[in-house]
Amino acid sequence: MINFQYLRTTTAKSAIALLGKDKNAKFLAGGTNLIDLMKRGVTAPEKLIDINHVPLKQIRQIGNKIHIGALASNTAVADHPLIKEKLPLLSRALQAGASAQLRNVATVGGNMMQRTRCGYFYDIEMPCNKRQPGTGCGAMEGFNRMHAIFGTSEKCIAVHPSDMCVALIALDAEVILANAKGERKLSFKDFHRLAGDTPQLDNNLKADEMIIGLEIPTNNLAKNYHYLKVRDRASYAFALVSVAAAFEIVNNKITDVRLAMGGVAHKPWRLTASEIFLKGKEASLTNFEQAAQLAMKDAKSFGGNDFKLKLAPNTIIEALNLAKSKA
Amino acid sequence: MEKNMLKDENDRVDGFLKVTGKAKYFAEYDLPGLTYGVLVTSTITKGKITTLETKAAEKAPGVVAVISHLNKPPAAAYEQEGGPQMKIFYTDKIFYNGQPIAIVVANTFERATYAASLVKATYAKETFNTDFEKALKDPKAKKLQGQADYKRGEENAYKTAEVKLEERYFLPIETHNPMELHGIIADWRPNNQLTVYAKTQGVKATQGTIANVFKIPMENIQVNSEFVGGGFGMALRTWPLEIATIMASKHIGKPVKLVVTRMQMFTMVGNRPAAIQTIGLGANKDGKLTGITHRAYGETSAYENFTEGVVNMAKFMYQCDNVNTSYVIVPVDLGVPIWMRGPGEATGAFALESAIDEMAHALDMDPLEFRIKNDPETDQQKNKPFSSKNIKEAYKMGAEKIGWRNRKNKPGSIVEGPWQTGYGVSVGVFNANRGKASVKGILKADGSLLLQSATSDIGPGTGTGMTLIASKLMGIPVDKITFELGDSSLPPAPSQGGSATLSTVGSAVNDVCVALKSTIAELAANSNMDATSNFVDVLKKNNLPQIEITKESQGGKERDNYSMYSFSIHFVQVKVNNLTGVVKISKIVSVGDSGTIVSPKTARSQMVGGAVGGIGMALTEESIIDHRYGRYINNNFADYHVPVNADVPEIDVNFINKPDPYINPMGAKGMGEIALIGFSAAVANAVFNATGKRIRTLPITPDKILA
Repeated sequence: MINFQYLRTTTAKSAIALLGKDKNAKFLAGGTNLIDLMKRGVTAPEKLIDINHVPLKQIRQIGNKIHIGALASNTAVADHPLIKEKLPLLSRALQAGASAQLRNVATVGGNMMQRTRCGYFYDIEMPCNKRQPGTGCGAMEGFNRMHAIFGTSEKCIAVHPSDMCVALIALDAEVILANAKGERKLSFKDFHRLAGDTPQLDNNLKADEMIIGLEIPTNNLAKNYHYLKVRDRASYAFALVSVAAAFEIVNNKITDVRLAMGGVAHKPWRLTASEIFLKGKEASLTNFEQAAQLAMKDAKSFGGNDFKLKLAPNTIIEALNLAKSKA
Repeated sequence: MEKNMLKDENDRVDGFLKVTGKAKYFAEYDLPGLTYGVLVTSTITKGKITTLETKAAEKAPGVVAVISHLNKPPAAAYEQEGGPQMKIFYTDKIFYNGQPIAIVVANTFERATYAASLVKATYAKETFNTDFEKALKDPKAKKLQGQADYKRGEENAYKTAEVKLEERYFLPIETHNPMELHGIIADWRPNNQLTVYAKTQGVKATQGTIANVFKIPMENIQVNSEFVGGGFGMALRTWPLEIATIMASKHIGKPVKLVVTRMQMFTMVGNRPAAIQTIGLGANKDGKLTGITHRAYGETSAYENFTEGVVNMAKFMYQCDNVNTSYVIVPVDLGVPIWMRGPGEATGAFALESAIDEMAHALDMDPLEFRIKNDPETDQQKNKPFSSKNIKEAYKMGAEKIGWRNRKNKPGSIVEGPWQTGYGVSVGVFNANRGKASVKGILKADGSLLLQSATSDIGPGTGTGMTLIASKLMGIPVDKITFELGDSSLPPAPSQGGSATLSTVGSAVNDVCVALKSTIAELAANSNMDATSNFVDVLKKNNLPQIEITKESQGGKERDNYSMYSFSIHFVQVKVNNLTGVVKISKIVSVGDSGTIVSPKTARSQMVGGAVGGIGMALTEESIIDHRYGRYINNNFADYHVPVNADVPEIDVNFINKPDPYINPMGAKGMGEIALIGFSAAVANAVFNATGKRIRTLPITPDKILA
């Protein structure tokens, strides 16, 4: 048997202490991805620290920020009245992910930490630089229909599979991280990494750190928003392309706008140039189309995912249209 | 079977057991001393095993045995020349990636799984090809005739027609993927007595295969398979993994259970093979077909040939004096395919029924009108009348229900924002079979009737149908009738396949009931009772606790005189998003023309299930292989997309429900296959009507719409 130590704790402090700086230790929350990875032989942690009993499930507003504990389930967040009222984009994105059963056990922190669903990553008989650096990228010249078009590297073209994270990057979330010395805040856009030369690293979480929760500033984006996920079946499928779109209109002009994409990069992909373009402009189809074109600068496809060069801008336009029609 | 909770007589007799978890499937049996088998599979695609290191596995905790070609336990047939090429554990050859090369048996499943990971093989690799299209293009690659060429009238007459088209259609590999994983429990006892709990569509077939491989008498082998969690064709043969498990049980003298993983469901229990088809159609300007040419190329394995009826439909479905077909199979280095619901015909109907729609468009005709105009009165292939065919009535019924009048013949006419709406229709057809089966009927003085036959129920509701046939004939309420199946010691019946069970076994039920009634009538007459006396009174009067009759039943000369088919019409309404390429099926109307409907609820379920399978074939299902490695990429339920509830709209199921006067005493024809056959073409045709885009490669995913 591949033995591992199973530890359970009830406080964040002791969880962090148990983690130490042990690279072979992992936190176990919902386990919806980690257990699969262990079964497939992709990962074999020596120490599993069950943090399900750590009290980090609160969802509440403090001042102008909404705090979400790292162990709140995807369902709890999606269905919470505060989230539905103040951050409906996040609620919609969560509901677009996985299945009801998975969302019931999957946590916010776990969602951020999930690994790519690239088939080469999961099959230990195939090459994958993310799983085993130096073995090559199976997807580059193989099956890459699901793969990235932005920020790719020669080492890896995998995408981050989360829907939730696409909404979080759009909403300027911050991640609260803690180690034995104390807490630090990290902008959500800096949490996940591009593959670069180190595709084995998905994010900037340090070996001694634990995700405590999120802080999301309140906004005026609860009226015109949409999360559009294009996929191969109507539910329980990863995004070919997804778009989180939200904006505020004052006097017929866009005063605040957020745009992010999923299924296109190694991390949730914020469309900053498109946002800058749209700000101060009318919410018109022509402007949406231009914003979508701006988003596609530097896009690069690999054969199987060529269609994303067309699907991505189209999905941006459709998401913006649907956000507009919500009013 | 327990039958409480029946709300009405048409309820599924085992519905209560199934929804309460009391129905016991093969993997749920626990035997004293049960051990667990886990397969080690090849990681190369072609070549030979040079070394197989099993010591570490053998030493691992709880391991009972590691069985491979190194210690091949006795399997008499495999020791002889001939037989299958891929004789499990009797060859060191690797025919495909993921082929079982060893079974590790341990006292727990987890220990067996771990120990299996310790078995290490080295190989002498050979060059391989898993790419069917590549093999087809390669003039040096082997190609075999899959079916005799067929010709009626002039060959390739379409080429000289007033209006003609020639198009190519591609279908990828589909994997059956029933919910229940495949496997077996084998319990080999001294004196060559074997009991298995199998997942099989035919307990007698499983019994026969095992007897043949191990050269032991049939009566030594007991096969149990009362409940099957979906088969769709993949449980129509006894797979090497089952033989491996039996070998293991024989070797260690203990019962062994093997349940494959979802990943292994892609590599060792068959699939619907990929197919490339070209259809040539010719018509005159009035819309009469003048030529049909259907050429099909189907995938098969390098170690075993597999064929199916891909080009059957073209030969008789439409009135046309000039028809020619060919069917060629192309071996690749993959596991051998097997029949999957609507085998062959579902593949062929996608191409033919798409092409028919394309021809209607070329003629600027309503595709429904075009089909009606070319509907044959008799079967031109067999030169016989149809035993029954109500297809025009079915066209009319379905057209009304879907709202065909709202369809515009010009594609892309119905637009609302980015959504385009379209309507499509297609036809499905499958041989209406009747085989030979035996049923034992035991009529008891307590007022009950017990019926027994070694048939199977992979889900269609066999027990329910048989109970209803008997109830109607005998005038006995359904809760007093029990139908036992899935047990090889019962009177023989064929495997459940080819939509033939109701016709075949149902006829034997009919014959048994008729015989029981006539025996009761005789007994009544002999004991001076009224001919209409209740059988309970007659049995009591004669001091008989029960009477027992076994009947074998099969069809007669009617098949020489008539062409017998079941038909279906599928109508769909789709909405296609021209920005995102998403296709939503918004409405489905299916009409079955399959004779008398014996069991209305389970018949409806069959049609619903067929439509759901059809949605998968049309929009979502595709098994993807990386041909550089010969390995599947999407071999799991997250990435192999079977339709989910959200993909399935309400399905309006309708039946013509008119008896076929010739096929069997019930007038009922099979319908498992026709529920699916043709469906994918209806979707493709609707997508064309919505958008003007003709998609000839399944599944119709968003990327294809945007291309």
